[in-house]
Amino acid sequence: MKLTAWGQYPVIDTKVILPNAVLAQKLVLESSVIPFGNGRSYGDSALAPNIVPMLSNDRFLNFAEESGLLTCESGVLLADIIEIFVPRGWFLKVTPGTKLITVGGAIASDVHGKNHHVEGCFSACVQEFTLMLADGAIVRCSREENQELFHATCGGMGLTGIILEVSFSLKRIKSKHIDQTTIKTGNLEETFAAFEAYKNFPYSVAWIDCLAKKADIGRCLLMVGDFANDGNLNYKAKKNVSIPFEFPGFALNNLSVRAFNWLYYGKVRKRVTQSQVDIDSFFYPLDALDHWYRIYGKGGFTQYQFILPKEKSLIGLKEILEQISSSGKGSFLAVLKLYGPANENYISFPMEGYSLALDFKIDPGLFALLDKLDEIVAYYGGRIYLTKDVRVSKTIFEQGYPLLDKFREVRSRYGLNKRFHSLQSQRLGI
Amino acid sequence: MSNAWLLVLGANSDIAVATARRFAKEGWNIYLASRDMDNLAKEAANLRLRYEVEARETFFDAIDFASHQAFYAALDPKPAGIIVAFGFLGDQPAAQKDFSIAKKIMESNYTGAVSILEVIAQDFEARRSGFIVGISSVAGDRGRASNYIYGSAKAGLSAYLGGLRHRLAKSSVHVMTVKPGFVATKMTAGMDLPKKLLASPQELAEAIYHGILASHNTIYTKKIWRLIMLIITHIPEKIFKKTNL
Repeated sequence: MKLTAWGQYPVIDTKVILPNAVLAQKLVLESSVIPFGNGRSYGDSALAPNIVPMLSNDRFLNFAEESGLLTCESGVLLADIIEIFVPRGWFLKVTPGTKLITVGGAIASDVHGKNHHVEGCFSACVQEFTLMLADGAIVRCSREENQELFHATCGGMGLTGIILEVSFSLKRIKSKHIDQTTIKTGNLEETFAAFEAYKNFPYSVAWIDCLAKKADIGRCLLMVGDFANDGNLNYKAKKNVSIPFEFPGFALNNLSVRAFNWLYYGKVRKRVTQSQVDIDSFFYPLDALDHWYRIYGKGGFTQYQFILPKEKSLIGLKEILEQISSSGKGSFLAVLKLYGPANENYISFPMEGYSLALDFKIDPGLFALLDKLDEIVAYYGGRIYLTKDVRVSKTIFEQGYPLLDKFREVRSRYGLNKRFHSLQSQRLGI
Repeated sequence: MSNAWLLVLGANSDIAVATARRFAKEGWNIYLASRDMDNLAKEAANLRLRYEVEARETFFDAIDFASHQAFYAALDPKPAGIIVAFGFLGDQPAAQKDFSIAKKIMESNYTGAVSILEVIAQDFEARRSGFIVGISSVAGDRGRASNYIYGSAKAGLSAYLGGLRHRLAKSSVHVMTVKPGFVATKMTAGMDLPKKLLASPQELAEAIYHGILASHNTIYTKKIWRLIMLIITHIPEKIFKKTNL
């Protein structure tokens, strides 16, 4: 079966092992297996010669109304949780910028969202999960039980086994609306100051105009907000619009991106504006467009996401934004966010500092540019997000993750390195 | 239709699960009947949580014919609709050599359905209401070398459902025959089947739900299969014998 992930690059041939009653027997016969959720990681982290497609493992098993603890199977989509639980007054404690991922994927990438500075990563709301190991045995993992496996699996990119059932906490909400404040800034210093000034808001994220030049570099729209209090929980998922075909290569060029960025940034006139938006437009603006990757044409695209330690963020980001701006390579979306402290998981991405994520169409010359950016990231002590990556070098990757050897050691002690691999883990020698 | 119960027989199949969920979405309470009780209990919990309906798991063995009367008698409240989703594809070459496999295919797909449906038909007939959905197969439309033992059992089931429909029409009980072609299930995952002919269990469930609303007699999913089978059943035997279907 042909398989690719969200970036549409690379495309590989893969064999399917189903997550059914005979999974354990089938699993032990293979040496390169990776669980595959909804295919929303961008690069090659969920691609392997053998995949275990987890979407059919999608049952809700229990919900404790008093504590908000939900137990479900790992293939449940966050979108399903939202659809079912928002009308009952509950929402995810931590959600990334797409709801079209599985709970298992949320753990494997230890995803984070606009509230990382307050709530941390997805693993922070996970109480426990069951995990099928290399020999087919199923173990329970939590902060008390098999804690090394717990910390390796959260952020472990599916390389520690197959997550089967998960118990995690939802949070109470009183509305399907978010009261949003948008702050327009003129340069990177102002953007940083705005993040600090508004850090008491639980949700914050900035959209950066990454084609701005010179004095304008780092200008942004910072969006902060919190759930409203109006008691309106009448949530229905929005109907999607689909991008019907791949855009031809010329559709996305420096000019069209510049025009988009100018329009997006320019449409906000006042320095501070207030508005009320719903869950889908606040958290998941791109989910409304099915197949939005088609904007980038047939060759695929990648997202470059890195984080820099807070004290080095200003200088590092300036250098990187200058490089991107002068390269003229376009990105519709450049998302900047101030993160809270790192957690104890061995290879989770977040650390305290600023992260920037940018989409690039894959074309000749792109990887050379990204290699240059990598050097800057590594120089300032930053790291690259594996969930988005399809091309980083082993050296740069290793420099960014100081607990990598611990991760490797746990993998080897449980024999997981004999069974679970992705193209990415082999590329990076994880 | 809240408060009404749907009985799903053979509730561990992908088609059965999808259909149970489709009806639960409309407020139906669900009996899930099969042998693997752990699995059924999980799906029952799922239905309760997702759709806020009642759902119960109950043990049912399609080929333990003697148990069927008691099984149905124990259901309280009685269901307003039935889905017969159990069946067994089996291995054709193996079944040619080993009659016990052939027998299991015939009993799982045909005899078991007759046994339980006669019990249910009596009740529905007396109550003058209810519907019965039987999942048969396009394989029953014409015997083919590659799966004729399974196909013959499904042919029996299709003929049986047709007769039952005829009988129960007088009592306002509707019987619908479903003939899926290729369905993307646990059985077919990983096979490279033509996309245009391949239905997902959810599509099938949707077709079943709307088929019941519209009181269709026989539905093919996808619809193109009606045409395909029309052609296949009309190929003269002389030519058919030379094909590799």
